[in-house]
Amino acid sequence: MPTPILMPALSPTMTEGTLARWLKKPGERVRPGEVIAEIETDKATMEVEAVEEGTLAEILVPEGTEGVKVNTPIALLLAEGEEPQPAPAAAAPAPSAQEPARAAAAPAAAPQVLRAREPEESWAGAKMVKLTVREALRDAMAEEMRRDPTVFLMGEEVGYYQGAYKVSQGLLDEFGPERVIDTPITEYGFTGLGVGAAMAGLRPIVEFMTWNFAMQAIDHIINSAAKTLYMSGGQMNCPIVFRGPNGAAARVAAQHSQEYSSWYAHCPGLKVVAPYSAADAKGLLKSAIRDPNPVVFLENEVLYGRSFEVPDVPDLLVPIGRAKIVRKGRDLTIATFSIMVGKALEAAERLAQKGIEAEVIDLRTLRPLDVETLVASVKRTNRLLAVEEGWPVCGIAAELAAIAMEHAFDWLDAPVVRVTGKDVPMPYAANLERLAVPQVEDIAAAAEALVARRI
Amino acid sequence: MASSVRAARTAETVAVEVVEPKPVVPPAEELFKLYREMLLIRRFEEKAGQLYGMGLIGGFCHLYIGQEAVAVGIQHALTDKDSVITGYRDHGHMLVCGMDPRRVMAELTGRVTGYSKGKGGSMHMFAKEVRFYGGHGIVGAQVALGTGIAFAHKYKKDGGICVTYFGDGAANQGQVYESFNMAALWKLPVLYVIENNRYAMGTSTERHASTRELFQRGLAFGIPGAQVDGMDVLAVREKAIEAVNYVRAGNGPFVLEALTYRYRGHSMSDPGKYRTKEEVQEMRERHDPIDKLKALMIAEGIADEARFKEIDKEIRDICNEAARFAQDSPEPDPSELYTDVLIES
Repeated sequence: MPTPILMPALSPTMTEGTLARWLKKPGERVRPGEVIAEIETDKATMEVEAVEEGTLAEILVPEGTEGVKVNTPIALLLAEGEEPQPAPAAAAPAPSAQEPARAAAAPAAAPQVLRAREPEESWAGAKMVKLTVREALRDAMAEEMRRDPTVFLMGEEVGYYQGAYKVSQGLLDEFGPERVIDTPITEYGFTGLGVGAAMAGLRPIVEFMTWNFAMQAIDHIINSAAKTLYMSGGQMNCPIVFRGPNGAAARVAAQHSQEYSSWYAHCPGLKVVAPYSAADAKGLLKSAIRDPNPVVFLENEVLYGRSFEVPDVPDLLVPIGRAKIVRKGRDLTIATFSIMVGKALEAAERLAQKGIEAEVIDLRTLRPLDVETLVASVKRTNRLLAVEEGWPVCGIAAELAAIAMEHAFDWLDAPVVRVTGKDVPMPYAANLERLAVPQVEDIAAAAEALVARRI
Repeated sequence: MASSVRAARTAETVAVEVVEPKPVVPPAEELFKLYREMLLIRRFEEKAGQLYGMGLIGGFCHLYIGQEAVAVGIQHALTDKDSVITGYRDHGHMLVCGMDPRRVMAELTGRVTGYSKGKGGSMHMFAKEVRFYGGHGIVGAQVALGTGIAFAHKYKKDGGICVTYFGDGAANQGQVYESFNMAALWKLPVLYVIENNRYAMGTSTERHASTRELFQRGLAFGIPGAQVDGMDVLAVREKAIEAVNYVRAGNGPFVLEALTYRYRGHSMSDPGKYRTKEEVQEMRERHDPIDKLKALMIAEGIADEARFKEIDKEIRDICNEAARFAQDSPEPDPSELYTDVLIES
């Protein structure tokens, strides 16, 4: 039987084309790779190459024919030793490459990952020690490096300098230069290197001096780390932690004061953590290092030196994906994360003096978000104030508002209100910088207005 | 000073290695293996091109036709401790690493039996069991990743090296040089193979590279390099053995530039206006790596035409079976949409 040569699609969008010219005549021999015809589309002229060896038996579509549909038989090819046969009366219908339309549209978002069940209350009664966030992070890394020899730390100034912000203090002495690696200032390169090492079975902790510099490396965080498990059908995971200070520092202006939470929380394939307290910083970082997925761990420079009570237990693990109610209240829910938790708690104190009881939720993890805790709180208080340090457009607070609307619309007694960083690059001047970042009084004022509002 | 001695030695290495003696001919058994592997890639890619034309393969599809001698020759210098990573023109590397042609073709057609369950496609396939780390769609990204895989080899002290392939186009990416710096600084066991097929998509090296001796691009970092005729599988094999030995001995990275040529377009939708038909024809007719090895094997009396016909038939059967398997396999179930985003811990 002669093999039909079909009108090829030479681009993902081509459906038909003009058969411009035949370069072979019936009876001529063709070899694989040899150009047999030229076709034209509205974009380009392209060559059709033979795939099989044989003799061109018959041309079914003469040159100059326009509007030849993809997959239409355009010629017949005889393999070696085959005898010519009469052409089929009618060309068989071309097999359709189109997918049948899916009966049911897929839901827009994956089912939420279930919250881990380990009760943090098990620490109740544990002896408490005072630790700064900086010490808590260092202890988390040291404990995990003692526990697992595949864990290593790399980044700028993590070793001999003892950390640009002293987070890795003492680690070089304990673990040596093979596991505490000072990198050149080369974010794109060392992030890719870390991701490759994770794919090959190690558990890197990649420190960014600040997250501002990780913009040079975001390609590897998203394209290489976050997407590979999916693109490999579940084969190739990437157990890596990217960490460093995020958000506004003090008086360093726009290029060194950006808040990246919504950038990373947007992307499937990542987990995104942004702790406030030292206990959470320690427990979440330990969980992040053990996690088989890439984790973006957003710290805050201003918090590094702040002290908190931390349970003195041998293995402090805080589950990723679980928010924490850090203050109970009945009148409104203030949901926030990282440094803004402290400001929200201060605002709640001021509100309490005016008889307003705010419930404050520390989200702790931004992906996957603990929707359950948030929604349950909103259903109790009927009001939501979403607070973040970052820019308002497409931000975390916007996401919280959408969640409240989707899951608790009928419980809301007022529209959700956002308090966010101002929609400008961070200014340098002290007065302008203060205006650009949400302050305690902004949160308190917004909360008061929200509670006063009646539908 | 140590650094000046090193630079001088490097320059000497480069100067010596531009002039090539005729490569040693390996035993017949290996010649057959080299021939079959190159032919498998050629026929597989032709079949993939055909399925693309039928609409069974979608999106981007970058064929390796013409460049077969590079991946095949390099692979013959590796052991089962070593890793391989490449860019998006990856079908040839996968086949020569020992991945199943049926499952590669099934991935190209987006079927659940494919290496990535149909979620990766032509540019994104992986096989940990043969230490093939992809298949990466961002030009140059695999260079940093491969340097990291080499880092892991060194960290684990497992004796393996990582072969990191990239093209002449990727050779201009900044992260290549960030990687070179760290690989040389930390003496990582990585062999960088630059597949210089003369065109970064449609832009020739003359038009995209300020210096066209790409094997010298590591010199500023103290990384030695060599150039090899990438259309000659025996030359590639021989040079690769030298380079791999250098890297495995703990000397740090090496850059091997293979001068090669792709007969087909950059991807399937390439009108080919940036080069002449005569140029393509000349390479096909006079420099084809498969024809060249075949001619040598006939001249040496190792095989006759009849034997080559048999091999061709065997390879065609493998490729036809791969195409059949791919077309008969189902698409992934809609429930697969949400799997493999994260590992549930």
